Amino acid sequence: MSAIRSSSPAIPLSRAPAARRPAETGWSRVLRRFRANPLSMLGALIVAFFVIVALLAPFLARPTERNPYMIPHSGYSSDPHPPGPGHPFGTTEEQFDLFYGVIWGTRTAFLVALTVVATAVVIALALGSLSGYFGGAWDELVMRVTDVFLAFPGLILAVVIVAVLGQSVRNAVIAIAVVEWPTYTRLLRGEFLRVRDLEYVQAAQALGSGSLRIILRHVIPNTVYPMLILASLNMGGIVITFAALSFLGLGAPPGYADWGQLINLSHNWIAGTAGDPFTFWYTLIVPGTAIFLFVLGWNLLGDTFRDIFDPRLQGSR
Amino acid sequence: MAAFILRRLFLLPLVALGVSMLVFALLQFLTPAMRASLYIHDPKQLGALPEIIQKYHLDQPAYVQYWDWLMRVAHGDLGWSETAREPVADAIRGFFPATLELGIYSFVCILAFGIWLGTQSAVHKDHLIDHLSRFTSISGASLPTFVWGLLLLMVFYGHFGWFPPGRLSLGADLFVRSGKFHWYTGLITVDALLNRQGWIFWDALRHLVLPVATLTYFLTAVLVRITRSSMLETLRTDYVRTAQAKGLARRVVVDKHARRNALIPVITLASLLFVGLLSGVVITETVFNYPGIGRWGVGASQQLDIPAVTGFALIFAALLVVGNLCADVLYALVDPRIRLQ
Repeated sequence: MSAIRSSSPAIPLSRAPAARRPAETGWSRVLRRFRANPLSMLGALIVAFFVIVALLAPFLARPTERNPYMIPHSGYSSDPHPPGPGHPFGTTEEQFDLFYGVIWGTRTAFLVALTVVATAVVIALALGSLSGYFGGAWDELVMRVTDVFLAFPGLILAVVIVAVLGQSVRNAVIAIAVVEWPTYTRLLRGEFLRVRDLEYVQAAQALGSGSLRIILRHVIPNTVYPMLILASLNMGGIVITFAALSFLGLGAPPGYADWGQLINLSHNWIAGTAGDPFTFWYTLIVPGTAIFLFVLGWNLLGDTFRDIFDPRLQGSR
Repeated sequence: MAAFILRRLFLLPLVALGVSMLVFALLQFLTPAMRASLYIHDPKQLGALPEIIQKYHLDQPAYVQYWDWLMRVAHGDLGWSETAREPVADAIRGFFPATLELGIYSFVCILAFGIWLGTQSAVHKDHLIDHLSRFTSISGASLPTFVWGLLLLMVFYGHFGWFPPGRLSLGADLFVRSGKFHWYTGLITVDALLNRQGWIFWDALRHLVLPVATLTYFLTAVLVRITRSSMLETLRTDYVRTAQAKGLARRVVVDKHARRNALIPVITLASLLFVGLLSGVVITETVFNYPGIGRWGVGASQQLDIPAVTGFALIFAALLVVGNLCADVLYALVDPRIRLQ
């Protein structure tokens, strides 16, 4: 993947007279693309909505426990209760409030995804620059290690790591970061290889800049867009993996405000009662909708970023 | 061609070795006493933990331990699984056919459905079927497997009662375990037919419908997208236009000329598909209570059954490595440009 710098003037791709179209700056081009595609707008709106929910969580659902991420529960009655006064989305088994769980679950989703991406990017910056800029034996070593990590199906590796480290939110985040870093490292290494031999880097070398300065000032800024695309396409996947771990009983503990954990609590209530098979629909539909919308928003946004910043992929969908 | 396959085959043990090192490195997070459980075959041995730690050098440097462990794994000795209550190797042998059966049916459905839908949506670009398939692939990529699986259960088991979870109903299960049923392959649908027990076959099939539908929905999403874009590109090429210009029927052009070439990039996706299938199987088996390796591995992870988790990791990694090899070989077989290199 490569990106064009958005600060460079747009190159007219068509042979039509370009006179009528004024030279656009990067951001106006981005905005125009967004307006052109309704799905992009939808994605941006959904993500913006979740950002607001996450920011306003303490006002939307007032925490009562010492740890706001633990869902308050009224009583220990085992049957879920349908939406009603006090519980706008109903309650799960053991009376965890679904509304509270969904609202604070948004924070969990953002925290988990951003932490994983940040960790993966830091590892990628360190290893990818070593490997791509200096090459040689380092490159060989780092690439073979990523091969080994990529030889594991991601979820399986995450399950094994959590099994060894113990079940907790922190360990689940570590596990997902371990699964994700090779992808980022390989991307960054590729970008380093591409940028390393460009004229302006040679010029910087000729001017006597040290390796560190070249990497920090000249190479890394040019790898931002591919990273941004990968990260935005990856946000949904990370949240799904985390929810899957929680669903499998290997992520967030029971009662933690996390969508996957709430869905896990609905597992026993799928069949409903004899007369009404959909008695407990809300236990699955409420957290299921939250995670679906979140991931959908990021997928649409990621696709848009890719289309905007990576001209080679345009129209390939 | 032979050289290409040989080269891939040569890489296989190297990756396998790397994977074993990774698993072993993870085990180093455990205390020696917990690692000792890898070498226990009988719960009675638990009293002799210190001797076991001594005997297998668990207090020695990591490379000594790694060599010891690797040799035992190479001999198929993976320790005792507390959750399965049998040696790990036996447990894998017992659970694997169920997972294989689920995988085979899903794989066939994914390929058939995905390629059909991808082709249709490319041929009828911007028509109803194209919009439907794009909607399917976007929503398929955004809905987690377990939510979709639970939804299917809610409707088709909770409401209609057609497709129950599990692998067999109680009656069928009792019959299969009795001496009257002979196991040939471990795949119930195949064995039922070989035993001429139509009702067992039917029962097993009913249990397979929902898990297979779940996996198909997810993995088709990726396949449809790739097939569609690859078909669109191929349909624009000169030789396809020539075929159309000389008056061939549309179907012949699409099926014989365009799709064959369009499928080449799809094969590169096969290994990605395989990864998705392996991860998907773990979740699907848990959702549908299907007694395969995935559900066993998850149960073992929850209950700190470390030998089982190790075996589970090794078998899935091995499957993926072999799957990738198959995809590479297939790619070389299909695309002459690679064969000639």
